[in-house]
Amino acid sequence: MAIGVKVVARPRDLGQQAYVPALVKGLGVTMRHFFDNLFGGGKHIVTIQYPEERAVYPKRYRGLHRLMVREDGSVRCVACMCCPTVCPAHCITILAEQTGNPNEKRPRVFEIDELRCVVCGLCVEACPCDAIRMDTGIWSSPVALRGDAVQGKADLMKRGALSTAVQGGAGGDWRDKQR
Amino acid sequence: MGWLAILIPLVVFVVLGFVATLLFGWLIPALGGDLHSWYAALLKAAFILLGFVMPLAGVLTWMERRQSAMMQDRLGPNRANVGPVRAFGLMHFVADALKMLFKEDFVPANANKLLFALGPVMAIAPVLITFAVVPWGSGVCAGHLTDRLTDGQLAQCLDTGGGRFQVVHLEIGLLFYFAIASLAVYGATLAGWASYNKWSLLGGLRASSQMMSYEVTMGLAILGAFLVYGSLEPATIVQAQGDSILHWGVVTQPLGFVLFFTAAIAETKRTPFDIPEGESEVIGYFVEYSGMRFGMFYLAEFMEVIFTSAIVATVFFGGWQIPGLHADGFVAGQMPHWLVCTLQFVAWAVKVFVLCWFQLMIRWTMPRFRPDQLMRLGWKQLLPASLANILITAGVVLALMPGAK
Repeated sequence: MAIGVKVVARPRDLGQQAYVPALVKGLGVTMRHFFDNLFGGGKHIVTIQYPEERAVYPKRYRGLHRLMVREDGSVRCVACMCCPTVCPAHCITILAEQTGNPNEKRPRVFEIDELRCVVCGLCVEACPCDAIRMDTGIWSSPVALRGDAVQGKADLMKRGALSTAVQGGAGGDWRDKQR
Repeated sequence: MGWLAILIPLVVFVVLGFVATLLFGWLIPALGGDLHSWYAALLKAAFILLGFVMPLAGVLTWMERRQSAMMQDRLGPNRANVGPVRAFGLMHFVADALKMLFKEDFVPANANKLLFALGPVMAIAPVLITFAVVPWGSGVCAGHLTDRLTDGQLAQCLDTGGGRFQVVHLEIGLLFYFAIASLAVYGATLAGWASYNKWSLLGGLRASSQMMSYEVTMGLAILGAFLVYGSLEPATIVQAQGDSILHWGVVTQPLGFVLFFTAAIAETKRTPFDIPEGESEVIGYFVEYSGMRFGMFYLAEFMEVIFTSAIVATVFFGGWQIPGLHADGFVAGQMPHWLVCTLQFVAWAVKVFVLCWFQLMIRWTMPRFRPDQLMRLGWKQLLPASLANILITAGVVLALMPGAK
């Protein structure tokens, strides 16, 4: 296709050509905002003054992961590998080990690379035993080294809490007890 | 909170006006000084420049950012503080000045050192000089501060006593202003050329073409006011606007006001006429400048804003006049001389301040013109309109003045 020239229609009426009516109209808008903000206690102002004021995050904002614990304080995770399998960013690493119980494994290593995590929450959906949650609402904090962004099992369990969810989905909704 | 934005400037202006009245009406005569002398003129210049223009230019740098923020539903710089005193971030301009003083003063390798240094000086000096002709009050009659003077007595006293609130009383005042103000273009052009940078040179050329084009309109637009008031002397023009608001230039010369104000904003090289600078993309004549040399360009720009406001207030808004206020108050024998003197200074300062605010308003409302649009506006629209304005004004003046033939 040959290169064509598109002619844009320009308004040629006097109001547009004389500038002044358009300027007055524009000044009307800016002055309304200016006076509203100056004398109306800043009613349109959207600025959040960060260190003193914080934005209120939506209730379902996810934030950093955490690993939940059982009544005896051990991790709920059974190293079923559902979450690393479903994770689209491949940021979860689990190395399983045996427990005394022949029916269960547990994670020896549970690492999440927060730099790779896309915060999609699929790991939470995939987890069959309410072990991993993304409900802390904590921003991943800045780090000096990439390796520091990898959260280990201890880090994840530090934010963890007791979960009494019953295997298989019975029991109350986990959202009822959060925060 | 918002009312403080009106109250604080007002209080400052009242204090300044009172200080001026005391300084020239009492202190200098009491010390045996002569108000006609060179040192009195120097003191007046020092008072108006150091007491009003420079601080206001500094505050305007902050006000521009705060005001634009308010217009755009933001807060703007509000955090600079001295200890616990934050004062809405008013100290930002002090912080800016300190920053500029301590920044590296970079000179490009192939730049012409002398002209590079001369650029900012040539930009700032004309603006300071033009303030010499601006009347910032009718003046004081030394030794009669507490008396109730009539208009005639005051006029006589000002002619003989030299207590005018104006650095020089020049019969060619406004021509002097045009002569000096057009020198400012050398600052921009020299800076652009001396930087040894293609883009700054182009910026300097844009600046010179723009300023020359709009000077024509500016001169012709104000000619109508000369015809109406029959004088080139700013103080005399202000005197002629005294009786009522109907004598103000904005009423007698509405078209002249719009044309002059537009051209004067173009002369300050600020949006919508900031083609010479175009800080966001086309980069202008001061790209190579840093530190306080850049700061001088920046400050010169704001002082031009103040000066534009001052001259517009003088010619079109009655300068220091308050409608109905005579030398002895609104009714005869009502107010002592010192009070009237202070009030007149406050009236002038408020008018200048409001016009500065209005210029900032326009600067943050209008988008920038394209160079060809700018030239078309200047030569094809403003210039014919100003010529028509002169013609009509001359016709009306001729018809109304019986002795004009």
